[in-house]
Amino acid sequence: MIVPCTGRVDEVMMLRAFEKGADGVMVVGCLEGDCHYEKGNLRAKARVTRMAALLDIIGLGSFRLRMFNLSAGEGSKFAQFVNEYSLEIAEHGPCPINVLRSNKSASLENIKREE
Amino acid sequence: MIMGTGKPLDELLSMLEPYNKIILSGCYGCVTVCRVGGEKEVQLLASTIRLARETKGEPIEIKEVTLERQCDKEYLEAMRSYIGDYQAVLSIACGAGVQFTAEKYNLPILPGINTDFIGVTEKQGVWAERCQACGDCVLHLTGGICPVTRCSKSIFHGPCGGSSKGVCEVNKDIECGWQLIIDRLKMLDQMENYTKLHEMKRWKFSRDGGPRKIVREDMTE
Repeated sequence: MIVPCTGRVDEVMMLRAFEKGADGVMVVGCLEGDCHYEKGNLRAKARVTRMAALLDIIGLGSFRLRMFNLSAGEGSKFAQFVNEYSLEIAEHGPCPINVLRSNKSASLENIKREE
Repeated sequence: MIMGTGKPLDELLSMLEPYNKIILSGCYGCVTVCRVGGEKEVQLLASTIRLARETKGEPIEIKEVTLERQCDKEYLEAMRSYIGDYQAVLSIACGAGVQFTAEKYNLPILPGINTDFIGVTEKQGVWAERCQACGDCVLHLTGGICPVTRCSKSIFHGPCGGSSKGVCEVNKDIECGWQLIIDRLKMLDQMENYTKLHEMKRWKFSRDGGPRKIVREDMTE
């Protein structure tokens, strides 16, 4: 999802990503102190902190949502963050919701085959 | 405005346990301003509940609506066409909105927030009580500072013995309401209000007489 600033990323967007099947969500913003809109990335950071705590309460795990900061010129660092985080999420395994959903669709598939 | 705070998620989930198809209704009035029951909060809470329920293997369908106000029948009417398709309504309006919804529709109406007080926004994220709706306002005598609300003991005759250096004994974070009143009366050159004898406050207009009602006969016809 592309937004002009992480300050535009509200809490609902983060949760909707999990509803839509994400196993992990990265919020990638500019370096702290470098926000073109002054405090956008700091606001995003506060929201990520709040929502990560909520993910723990819900049972998905706070590690599934993380804020990353880099400058627009650091393409390789972006790739590194993505690779490292996707590996970390893969190690934890899919989101419990996605496990339940795939089990459910597998059992529906079996029922169809039996019919 | 009326201020509220969200209920803990565990409490909401336990309330919603018997249901798998609900309406989550917000209000564009006071609870939108205190960031607990407006459109954004409806979206966020609906998403949170859906995720929590699906994680438990008990998915729930939630219709998200935000009404202009839940304390006016006309706006509540907006839910009439679809409310019969749902098992319950979780309302994140104030207690008045929740009750008025319940008066209008014959299905369980659940409170999604705790209604706390009538107050003001002191700064972003900080709200404070200013009025207890006692029904007999004396602000003209007290420099515009309410002794009922700002004094922890709601006393009417100046600072009590527990006031020290402008701080209330109940909590060091509470300013002494009467110190505030006296400072303000001095500034306004109205200290005569403090020394003048006044009739006793008419508490019968407060909560003691049961639920209150205002009838404006000129407007009822």
